[in-house]
Amino acid sequence: MAINVKVMDRPVEQVSYVRATLSGLAHTFKHLVDPHKVTTQYPEETEALSKRWRGTHRMLTTEDGKAKCVACGLCPTVCPANCIKLVPGEDEQGNRFPLVFEIDEFRCIFCGYCQEVCPEEAIHVGRHYENAEYSRDGFVYDLERLTAQTHPVCEMWDPADPAGE
Amino acid sequence: MGPMLMTPITDNPTAFAIASAIKVLAFFGVYLVTVAMLTLAERKVSAWIQDRHGPNRAGPGGLLQPAADGLKNFMKEELSPGAGNSILFTLAPAIAFCTAMVSWAVIPFAAPLPTPWGVVSVSIAQLPVGFVFTLAISSLGVFGITLAGWSSNNKYSLLGGLRSSAQMISYEIAMGLSIIPVLLLAGNVTMDAIVKQQAMGGWNVLNLSVAFLTFLISAFAETNRLPFDLPEAESELVAGYHTEYSSMKFSMFFIAEYANMLTASGMMATLFLGGWDIPFTSWDNTGDPSVLKTLLTLVSFALKAGFFLFFYMWIRWTLPRFRYDQLMSLGWKFLLPLSLGYIVLIASALLALQALGIQQGVLQTGILFVLNVAVLVLVFVIFDRGRLVSPTTSRMSAAEMLRLRTQDRLGSPLSAAVRPEPEMGD
Repeated sequence: MAINVKVMDRPVEQVSYVRATLSGLAHTFKHLVDPHKVTTQYPEETEALSKRWRGTHRMLTTEDGKAKCVACGLCPTVCPANCIKLVPGEDEQGNRFPLVFEIDEFRCIFCGYCQEVCPEEAIHVGRHYENAEYSRDGFVYDLERLTAQTHPVCEMWDPADPAGE
Repeated sequence: MGPMLMTPITDNPTAFAIASAIKVLAFFGVYLVTVAMLTLAERKVSAWIQDRHGPNRAGPGGLLQPAADGLKNFMKEELSPGAGNSILFTLAPAIAFCTAMVSWAVIPFAAPLPTPWGVVSVSIAQLPVGFVFTLAISSLGVFGITLAGWSSNNKYSLLGGLRSSAQMISYEIAMGLSIIPVLLLAGNVTMDAIVKQQAMGGWNVLNLSVAFLTFLISAFAETNRLPFDLPEAESELVAGYHTEYSSMKFSMFFIAEYANMLTASGMMATLFLGGWDIPFTSWDNTGDPSVLKTLLTLVSFALKAGFFLFFYMWIRWTLPRFRYDQLMSLGWKFLLPLSLGYIVLIASALLALQALGIQQGVLQTGILFVLNVAVLVLVFVIFDRGRLVSPTTSRMSAAEMLRLRTQDRLGSPLSAAVRPEPEMGD
């Protein structure tokens, strides 16, 4: 039965199964004995993170160990995932501070807007990604936990220095 | 220990029975451990070929990985299809595994071992029917896979089983025929005689290179290994015949595959690479048996079989799977006529050599080798030109080609659809 498939009449060198097999075997053998492997042995060695990596949040503190946050309410407003819960409080001198500051890391999309909008440079997204927990509740980070984080924080993109140099 | 007795142990029935029992336990113990290690070796080789490390967490260098895999498979839930035939469903993995194991019993692994009770041959059974037994048992192996496919009551399994039966029966013929020249040369069908003949008259890979090649290809097809693993082609058949299998039953098929590989490797080493013969020496197969000889020849056999096992894996991670029609045309149109013609050629060559009075030895090997090289060159040229295994098995005749080309120039709708319009003003 005729089929409407055009079959090119190629030279033997191009369609030879034997030659292709032999060159293929040589190729795989080269890789077999090549000591260079591409795997990163993860828990022991890790790949370097970008300076602009946006991961687990971190709240920076003043010298006396209190959170820099002034409870202005900008970050819960700007947060597109609505994952920041903020209840503001005020002391006798009229200084505002957060009574409750919680971030749900499950809802967070790690856009970094909270860090960008913060006037006090208090809340940051961090260069960190290892945050496993045994329950879902463990992913709601309260103020105490956010200030206790020690990982480096994300450096925001600077339009004057787009390549980050 | 007392003095070594140089009479065969078969002279002493009690000692023979005890020695056989010990051999069965020892050889199958080694066999099963090797099979387990092969699953690890496969993953390691595949990883290295793909520039990875492979399993390296369980035990030193991943050595305990097979144990971990086995434990996992034991603890998994076992499912069996409700509408399937449960008796055959259970029986199938056992058949697949046992047939692979039974063939192992006739392979001689080393030179005979002297003991105070007599000389023990280092193979479980020295069958007088030798290779014929192997052929018979390996034909049974197809039942395991076919029954697995049928009893699962699943279309993919059934297709896998059908493919496997068609494939294994086709290649069984080429395999059986490719072994005839070996038997002609040895003048006997026992494994010991074949090994002895190769020790005296050169390895069969030189004597009978073409038979080696056809046997190698058929062995790949018989064990359902890539590039012939169509029965479990995951891109078409989910997992082929073992789609419905889970837990240890699935594991049994996996073990059976490696067991088959091991047996086939041992068989190739025995039939074509001189078995336990150490090359370029004759002290290992002359004179009285000794323990040292047994150990060294065992190492020699292990190296040869190991090479084939590596070759299996090397091929697997290099070549893509054949299309089904390519597989069949390779078996029926290429291997079968080739091995048939080769039998005639070798038989007449042996007859001619006998008439010329040339005995087994270097001269005979030399003449046969030259003959083989000539045939090989011829075969590969035809193989290449004929493009039996090319993307174009449904090649058109020259006239048809010409017709299509003329049609092309006239601008048929077919070519207009596939070819971009020429630029305006061209």
